[in-house]
Amino acid sequence: MVTLQHYLILSAVLFSIGLLGVLTRRHAVIVLIGIEIMLNAANLNLIAFWRFGPHLENFEGLLFTLFSIAVAAAEASVGLALVIAVYRHFKTPDVEKMNTLRE
Amino acid sequence: MPDIHPIYLVAAIPLFPLAMSLVIALLKPTRGRAASFLALLGLGVSLVLSLYVLKLSLQEPGLVQTGGFPWIQLGPLPVDFSVIIDPLSASMLAMVTFIGFLIFFYSGSYMADDPDCARFFGYLSLFAAGMLGLVISNSLLLLFMCWEIVGLASYLLIGFWYQKPAAAAAAKKAFITTRIGDLFLFIGLLWAFKDGGTLLFYYHGNGLLEPGRVAWLAGIPAPVFGLSVAGVISLLIFAGAVGKSGQFPLHVWLPDAMEGPTPVSALIHAATMVAAGVFLVARTYPLFVADPAVLTVVAWVGGFTALFAGLVAVAQNDLKRILAYSTVSQLGMMMLGLGVGGVGAGMFHLLSHAFFKALLFLAAGSIIHGCHGEQDIRKLGGVARSMPLTTVCYLCGTFALCALPFGSGYFSKDEILLAAWHNNPGVFVLGAAAAFCTSFYMTRQLCYVFPGNHRSHAHPHESPWRITAPLVVLSLFALAFGGLARHWGILEYLEPGFHAPEHSSLVMAVGLAVALGGILAGWLVYGRRALPVGEPDAVAVTLPPVYRFLENRAWMDELYMATVGRIWGALAALAVVADLALNAVTDWTVLSIQNLSRTLAIYSDRVLIDQWGFDGLCRAVRGAGFLSTRAQNGQLQGYLRFITLGAVALGLLLGWALLRG
Repeated sequence: MVTLQHYLILSAVLFSIGLLGVLTRRHAVIVLIGIEIMLNAANLNLIAFWRFGPHLENFEGLLFTLFSIAVAAAEASVGLALVIAVYRHFKTPDVEKMNTLRE
Repeated sequence: MPDIHPIYLVAAIPLFPLAMSLVIALLKPTRGRAASFLALLGLGVSLVLSLYVLKLSLQEPGLVQTGGFPWIQLGPLPVDFSVIIDPLSASMLAMVTFIGFLIFFYSGSYMADDPDCARFFGYLSLFAAGMLGLVISNSLLLLFMCWEIVGLASYLLIGFWYQKPAAAAAAKKAFITTRIGDLFLFIGLLWAFKDGGTLLFYYHGNGLLEPGRVAWLAGIPAPVFGLSVAGVISLLIFAGAVGKSGQFPLHVWLPDAMEGPTPVSALIHAATMVAAGVFLVARTYPLFVADPAVLTVVAWVGGFTALFAGLVAVAQNDLKRILAYSTVSQLGMMMLGLGVGGVGAGMFHLLSHAFFKALLFLAAGSIIHGCHGEQDIRKLGGVARSMPLTTVCYLCGTFALCALPFGSGYFSKDEILLAAWHNNPGVFVLGAAAAFCTSFYMTRQLCYVFPGNHRSHAHPHESPWRITAPLVVLSLFALAFGGLARHWGILEYLEPGFHAPEHSSLVMAVGLAVALGGILAGWLVYGRRALPVGEPDAVAVTLPPVYRFLENRAWMDELYMATVGRIWGALAALAVVADLALNAVTDWTVLSIQNLSRTLAIYSDRVLIDQWGFDGLCRAVRGAGFLSTRAQNGQLQGYLRFITLGAVALGLLLGWALLRG
């Protein structure tokens, strides 16, 4: 029997993996991927709370998640565009080298 | 002036000369004329007030008024400033201001050529203030303070020509010698305060000199000599008077004090200050009466001093020094009078002596002035021809001093001899012998100075009127004061309840005989022919050892030099050694402390404070700053790590809180 706890643990594990990726990886694209994983962990939380909540007849959880996925898609595109722009400027994808706000 | 209480007038009398001395102190030293005018003005005001006070006192002879204000409160015992009007203070005030005024006037001309004239008048005014304060004080403490002021003024004036080593030495000698007496006086003062509980002379029946306290003090036995406390206190007071009034054995300073300017000798060392000792004894007379043994001491010391100084005066050759010894002799006579005859006899002689001795000194000053500073009587001579007015005045003074009939001295000395005859025949002999000496040395002096021709090359001239005028005034007083005062009952005025001792023709005859006998003897020895230059003294020819003894002033100075001086020298040498040892010890201590502190400075200051304290703190701050700047490195991931760390910490905190319930 799969309960809310299982979903929550999975979501926490996913979030942690994403966070670890954001914190430790130096490649900008991998960092973006980590952010996506964290977002999806949050989406999984929203779905799980809706599914095991008292009001299945309302669709708030579902709708939130859909919005979130849409926003994430937009964010990923903007993020990738930024990464490419930054890469062009610094000639490196390494986030640790990107430590100045101007020349 | 009727609506001012007389006590305020009395209290104001010393303030005018005091104010003037302060004003003169601010003048330029060369403003001699202004200074002399100011001094004369100040004392003139005092003179007018004093005469007014004298008039009040004469109208009401028994009047004793005091007034003062509290100065210090010592536990239950107040120490007051207080002044007094009584016959003693009133007569002294009038005498001091009057003679002082004449001498100030005289000094204006006598000192006119001195470049430090203003300083002279400043000191004189200070002296006048102190002397007047002394006379009017109603408290032993105030009296003592004024006593010291006049001592200071005397020191300053003797040493007025401080460039002269003799004058500087004489000033020191006077100051130190009188200080010995003052020490005793001060001890007496403290003792009186301890046992009497007050220092006021008269205070509504509780004063030190009023019958209640005197009887109380006379009732306490003192641990010395089997005397009562009153006796010891009066003995100590008398010791102070011995110092100030030049009594044997502390007389040695007074002849040396003649190094000062002649007006000073006249005012301070003849008429007023040296008489302060006599005045002090007269003032505290009730204490002396309480223990008759002390009065006997006073009489004997006075009598001995009178004769001793009279003898020494015979063999002196300095015009002023002879007069100085004469003063010592006469002061001894006054002490004798106090010892045997009471306040009246002593004070009467003090007052009359003040006039004729001031006159003699001023006339001597006039002679010295006229003879260009010559003071040696063997080199003077023929003064009568060139300075007739001074000569006449000098003769008047001599007339009074030798107690020739109807001069001032005749009446006052007669009283003393009469009292001595009745109370203490031994002292009477001393007094009579002293009187003989007086006539003898004065005749000797006259024979040297006045007749014949001048024995040195200088050309004497009569002094200007500003010098001779005071002489003339004083001459009148020297001639007439004694008789008139006696006629108007000065003894009864000075000493209420005075009863004249039984008149004795024998005493009168003896007094007359010694006075005339001295003159006759002097004339036989010195006066029969002109005294040529360089001839040895007639007494020196006939009685060489006696003359040498007297000429050297009985070797008193040498004796003191050999005893006290040598002890003092040894003590001083000891002090030098002790000083050196102490210096070595202190130097060593200072050096070790220096080294210690230097070490401490290196270790504590440089290491502890500088290196550890300050530099260490700086390094710590810099390191902390370095660490915290490392966190602020612009690395997004680094920031995110801190955020995560914070979130995890918050989460843990929340979980912990939830678990705790």
